[in-house]
Amino acid sequence: MFSNPLIYFVVIPLLMLGGLALCRNIKQIRAVAVTGSLALTALSVWLLVDYLGLRAAGVDAPMLYTGSWSWFTPLNINLSVGVDGISIAMLILSSIILLTGSFASWKIEPHTKDFFLWLILLSTGVFGFFISIDLFTMFMFYEVALIPMYLLIGVWGSGNKNYSAMKLTLMLMGGSAFLMLGLIGIYYHSAPEGQPLTWDLLEIAQNDSISRGWQHFLFPMTFVGFGVLGAMFPFHTWSPDGHASAPTAVSMLHAGVLMKLGGYGCFRVAIYLMPQAANDLAWIFLILTGISVVYGAFSACVQTDLKYINAYSSVSHCGLVLFAILMLNTTAMTGAIMQMLSHGLMTALFFALIGMIYGRTHTRDIRQMGGLMKIMPFLAVCYVIAGMASLGLPGLSGFVAEMTIFVGSFEHADMFHRVFTIVACCSIVITAVYILRVVGKLLFGPVYDEHHLALTDATWWERTSTITLIISVAAIGCFPNFFADLIKFTFSPSIFAVIGMN
Amino acid sequence: MEITIPILILAIPLFMFLLLGLTGMKMSHPVAGILGTLGMGTVLVLSYITAFTYFFSGNPEFVAESGERLQAVIFNQTWLQFTDSLVIKLGFLLDPISAMMLVVIPTISFMVHLYSLGYMRDHHGVYEHGFQRFYAFLSLFSFSMLGLVVATNIFQMYIFWELVGASSYLLIGFYYKKPSAVSASKKAFIVTRFADLGFLIGILILSYYTGTFDFMSLTSAPVDGIANVYQVSELTAEGVKGIFTNSAAPIFMGASVMTWALVLIFMGGMGKSAMMPLHIWLPDAMEGPTPVSALIHAATMVVAGVYLVARLFPLYLMEEAALNIIVVVGALTAFYAAMVACTQIDIKRVLAFSTISQIAFMMVSLGVARPEFHHGVGYMAGMFHLFTHAMFKALLFLCAGALIHAIGSNDYTAMHGLRKYMPITHITFLIGCLAIAGIIPFAGFFSKDEILTACFGNSMLWYVWMSLVAGLTAFYMFRLYYLIFWWKEHKVHEGHHAPHDQPWTMTAPLVILAVISCVAGFVPFGTLVTWNGEPMFAYEGFFTNLAHLDWSVAAISLAVAIIAIVIATVMYKKENPLPAKMKNALPALWDWCYHRFYWDELYQFITHKIIFGCISRPIAWFDRHIIDGAMDGLAIVTNKASWAIRGLQSGRVQMYVWVYLAGALLLGAITAICLL
Amino acid sequence: MEISAIYYIIPSLVMFCCGVYGFITRKNMIAMLISLELMLNAVDINFVVFNRYLFPGQLEGMFFTLFAIAIAAAETALAIAIIINLYRGSRNIDADEITKLKD
Repeated sequence: MFSNPLIYFVVIPLLMLGGLALCRNIKQIRAVAVTGSLALTALSVWLLVDYLGLRAAGVDAPMLYTGSWSWFTPLNINLSVGVDGISIAMLILSSIILLTGSFASWKIEPHTKDFFLWLILLSTGVFGFFISIDLFTMFMFYEVALIPMYLLIGVWGSGNKNYSAMKLTLMLMGGSAFLMLGLIGIYYHSAPEGQPLTWDLLEIAQNDSISRGWQHFLFPMTFVGFGVLGAMFPFHTWSPDGHASAPTAVSMLHAGVLMKLGGYGCFRVAIYLMPQAANDLAWIFLILTGISVVYGAFSACVQTDLKYINAYSSVSHCGLVLFAILMLNTTAMTGAIMQMLSHGLMTALFFALIGMIYGRTHTRDIRQMGGLMKIMPFLAVCYVIAGMASLGLPGLSGFVAEMTIFVGSFEHADMFHRVFTIVACCSIVITAVYILRVVGKLLFGPVYDEHHLALTDATWWERTSTITLIISVAAIGCFPNFFADLIKFTFSPSIFAVIGMN
Repeated sequence: MEITIPILILAIPLFMFLLLGLTGMKMSHPVAGILGTLGMGTVLVLSYITAFTYFFSGNPEFVAESGERLQAVIFNQTWLQFTDSLVIKLGFLLDPISAMMLVVIPTISFMVHLYSLGYMRDHHGVYEHGFQRFYAFLSLFSFSMLGLVVATNIFQMYIFWELVGASSYLLIGFYYKKPSAVSASKKAFIVTRFADLGFLIGILILSYYTGTFDFMSLTSAPVDGIANVYQVSELTAEGVKGIFTNSAAPIFMGASVMTWALVLIFMGGMGKSAMMPLHIWLPDAMEGPTPVSALIHAATMVVAGVYLVARLFPLYLMEEAALNIIVVVGALTAFYAAMVACTQIDIKRVLAFSTISQIAFMMVSLGVARPEFHHGVGYMAGMFHLFTHAMFKALLFLCAGALIHAIGSNDYTAMHGLRKYMPITHITFLIGCLAIAGIIPFAGFFSKDEILTACFGNSMLWYVWMSLVAGLTAFYMFRLYYLIFWWKEHKVHEGHHAPHDQPWTMTAPLVILAVISCVAGFVPFGTLVTWNGEPMFAYEGFFTNLAHLDWSVAAISLAVAIIAIVIATVMYKKENPLPAKMKNALPALWDWCYHRFYWDELYQFITHKIIFGCISRPIAWFDRHIIDGAMDGLAIVTNKASWAIRGLQSGRVQMYVWVYLAGALLLGAITAICLL
Repeated sequence: MEISAIYYIIPSLVMFCCGVYGFITRKNMIAMLISLELMLNAVDINFVVFNRYLFPGQLEGMFFTLFAIAIAAAETALAIAIIINLYRGSRNIDADEITKLKD
C-alpha cells in the first residue's frame, strides 16, 4: 500500500495532523504547516514530472499509479487511487494554495493550533478527493473537506459568521444529498446484470451499463450535487456570504480549491460516466451556467465589499468552468480545466490580498478606502496584477483559459450554443468594468482615510504567499501549451465516441 | 533572414520592462531612464536594419523576381494549441506594412524615451515620482506594439492588442493620484475592451469557418521554392469567401457571416482607433503624460485599427458592404472630430480630436481603395498617411508637451504670444501644422493628396466631403498655432521664470521629427507599400510621388488648405471680435461642438443609468432578496415546521400511551378488516 | 367440569384493561406504577396459561414468567427509588407537573 506514491497525499496531511497535535507553540505550528505543505508541493511536482515521463514513454492507460485496497467487501467499497493529467493539475493547485494559505495565516488568532488542525483536515479531504477513483471514497473525502468549513468560518470568521457558516454548510450538505442519491444510483447500475457491482470509476465507464433512462435521472442529481459546490446559479448564494465571513486562508482554500471539487466532480463523475444524458440534458445546465457567468459579473459591478465582489466574480468564473464542461468537446473542456487552475490561483491571490488589506485597514468597504497604492505599494501592485489576470490580460492565466473555452464553445454551430457563447464572451467586458472599478477606487486616487497613511506594506510571509501565486499565474499565462498538453491526454476518444463528440 | 535580430527587437523591450519593473525602484532615476532609452535605441537600430534589409536588400525572400514584395515568416512558434488546425503561434511576419511599422514605432518610441528624460522632471531638475515605472511601462508598450505589428496570425494580434490596451491603461493612469486620470484610464480600457469583444467574436467566427488564424492562410499563398515566404493573393481571399458561401450558416440578419466577421473585427479597430461612436476614450486619454499621448495616442497604438484593416485588406475587398461601412464610419468621424477640434480650449484635446480625424482619413482611404482604381491607391495612401501622420502628430504632441512643461497648463488661454520665448518650439510646431494642413512640400500634403485622389476615384461625395474635412484640419491647426504663439501676451514674462526652450533631450526629438516631417513626403511609398506588394509606379528615383502628382486634385486640395489658413489667420492672428461673433452667430452649433456633441454624457447615461441602474442593481437586489431569500426561506420553513411539530414530543407519558393505544387499536382494526 | 383456558384469560384481560385504564387516567406516579404492575401480571398469567394449554410438555413460558417477575421487581424498586428522589426534590409526584427534566 505504501509503495504507491499517491497514498502520501493523504498520509502527509495525516502526519501533519499528528505533528500539530504535539505542537507546543506557534513557531512549531508554523514549521509543521510549512514543512508539510512544502512536502506536498514537492510531491505533486515530482508526480507531474514522473507522469510526463511515463506518458512520454508511451504508457496510455487512462489513469496512472492506480492502486486498490479493499475496505468494505460486502458493498465492494475499495480505497482506489489513480491520477491523470487533470488530477495532477488539481493536486498541484491544491498544494500551492495550501502552502500560500499557510503563509497567509501566519498570524491567525486565537487557537492557532486548532485552526491549522481543521485546515489540514480540510486539505486531507481535498487531496483524497482528487486521488480517488472509487466513488464511495471520493464522496467520503468530499464530506471530509466540507465539514471543517463550518468550524473554520464559525470560529475564526468575521462579520455575520454564524449565519454564513450555517448557510454554507447547509447548502453544500443539501448538494451532497443530491450527490449521494446520484452516486448510489450509479452504483446500482454500475455493472450489467449478473456481474458484481462496483464503485470504481474506470470500471463503470468501461461497463457503460447505465441505461439512458436512468442516466436522465442520475445525471442531474450528480451534476446539481457537484454544481452547488461549483456555485452554479441558482445555488450560489452560499458563496458571497461564506467568503465574506471566512478567514483569509479559508477563503483561499475554499474559492481556490474547494469550488474546483465541484467542477472536477461534474466532469469526472457526471459527464464521464453518463455521457448520453450529458448530451441530452446539457442545454438545461448551459442555460443555468450561462446565466451564472453574466449574472455573477453584473452583480459584482455594484457590490461594495471587496470579498463580495470577489465572490461574485468567482460565481462568474466558476460558471464559465461548468459552461465549458457542458460544451462536451475537447477544446472547451481543456479550457475548463485551465480555467479551474487559473481561477483557483488568481482568486486565492485575490483573497490573500483582501485579507492582508483588511488586516491593516479593518474595513473591506471600498467606499472607505482609497489611494492604497501610495500607502502599500507592494500589495497594491499585486492587486493590480491579480485584477489583470482576472480580466484576462494575455501573459497571465485568465486569458488562455477563457480563450480556450470560447474557441471550444464556438465549435458548436447551432444558434443556441452560439448565443450562449457570445453571452459568455460578454463577461470579459463586464469583468473589466468591475475589476477596474475596484482598482480605481481602492488603489488609485487620493488617500481616503488619513489614518491609513500610518499603515505598513507587506511583511515577508505575505510577500512569499503573493509572489508564489503570481509566479504560478504568470507561468500558466506564459506557457499555456504545457498545461494544455498535460490536460488534453486525458480526453481519451473512447469516452466521447459514445455520443459522437470529438 | 537570421532570426536573431527579429527576436532581439521583441526581447529587448520585454527585458527592459521586466528589469525596470522589478528592480527599477532600486535604481536611481537617471540610470533607469538612460537604460530604457539605450534599450530603445538598440531596438531602433535593429528595426532599421530589418526594415532596410526588407525593402532594399533585394533578397529573394523579400522581393520576387517580378518585383513584387513578399511576406516572409521569420519565425513562428506554437504557443497554444486549441485544435489540430486552430493554433496560436507567436511569430514574426515581415511584409511591407510590418516593415514600415518597424520604422515608425521604434522611431517615435525612441524620441519619446529621449524626450521624457527631460519632460518627466520639474524645473529644478527633480525627477517625477514613478519615473522608473514610467520607463518600464514605455518598454512594455513598445514590446506589445512591436509584437502586434509583426503578428503572423490574428490571435497573436489579439494578444498584443490586449497588451497595448493594458499598457495604455497603465500609462494614462500614470498620475494615479489624480482622480481624472484614473477615470480616464478606466474609460479607455473599458471602451476598447468593449470593442475587443467584437474583435474576439469576429475572430471566432472567422476561425470557425476557415479553420485557421494565420494571416498567411487567409490572405496569401505560399511562394514556390522558398520556405515560409508568402505572397498576397486574391485567390486565397476568394477561397475564404467561398468557404463562407458554401458553409451551412451563411446568412445572419440579412448579411453573410463573413460580412459579420469582418465588421466585428473592424469594431475592434474602431475601438482602438477611436472611430465614432467608440472614440470617447481618446480625448480623455490626454490625462496621461504628454510623451505618452505622443507615442500611444497619436502615433502608434491608435493606428492599430487601421493596421488591422490593412492586414486583412484582401478579405475586406471580398465584402463590399464591410468596406462601405468603414468609409461611412471614417468619413463621419473625420468630420465630427474636425468640427469639435475647432472649439476646444485644451491644446492636447485639440490634438486628440485632430488625431481622431486623421485616423479617420486613413480608414476612409482604406475603405475607398479598390484594385481597379490606380492599383488600389487608397491602401497605399492610407499607409502613407499613417506613416507621415505618426511623424508630424508626434511632433505636434511633443511640442505641446514642451509648451505645457514651460507654462504648466494645458490651456491655450494661459499661453498666447510665445513665439519670442520658445523659438525652436515655435518653428517645429509651425512645421507640424503645415504638414498636417497639407501644404507642399511637407509630409502631410503628399499622403493627404493621395487619399483625396483615392476618394475621387471612388465617389464624388467622399472626395468633396474629405476635402472639406482637410480644410477644417488646416483651419483648426492654425487657429491653435496662432492662439499659442501669436495673439497678445497675457502677462509679461520676465527673468528666468519666463518660458524658454527646453533642454536638448526635449528639443532634439522636436528637431529630428520636424526634419522627418519635411522630407517624409518624398519617400517613394508607392514602390514600397501596396496592397498586394506589387510596386505601383514604374518610375525610378526619389521624387516619384511628386513627379506623379495628379495636379488637378493636388491644386484643389492645396487651395482648400490655403484658404482655410487664411481664414484662420484673419480670425486668430490678432485678438479681434470675429471669433466671438462667429460663436454668437451659431450658439447651438458652437455649444454642441464644444461639448463634443454630448457623446460623453450619452455614455455616462448608458453606463450609469442603464447598465448599473437598470441591470446590475436589480440583479444584485434579485440575488440578495429573491434567490437568497428563497434559500433563507427554505431554512425558515424547516425551522418553523420543526417548532410546530415540537409540541408532539410533550414528555407526557400518558399522552404517549393514548396515542400508542389508539394506534394499536387502529392497526388491529385494519388487520381484522383485511383478514375478514 | 373441564376448566378451559378462557377462565384464565378473561380475568387476565380484565386485569390488563384495568392496568391500561389506570395508567392513562391516574396522575400519581405510584398509582401509575401499580397499574403498570397490573399489566405485567396480566401478561404473566397469559404466558403461564398458554404454555400450559398449548405446549403442555414445555417450560419456556413458565421460565419467561419467572424472569419477568424478577425483572419487574427490580424495575419497581428502581422506579420507586426515582419517584422518592423526585419527591424529595419537588415535593410532588404528579406526572404532569414534573416537567423540569424535559426542558
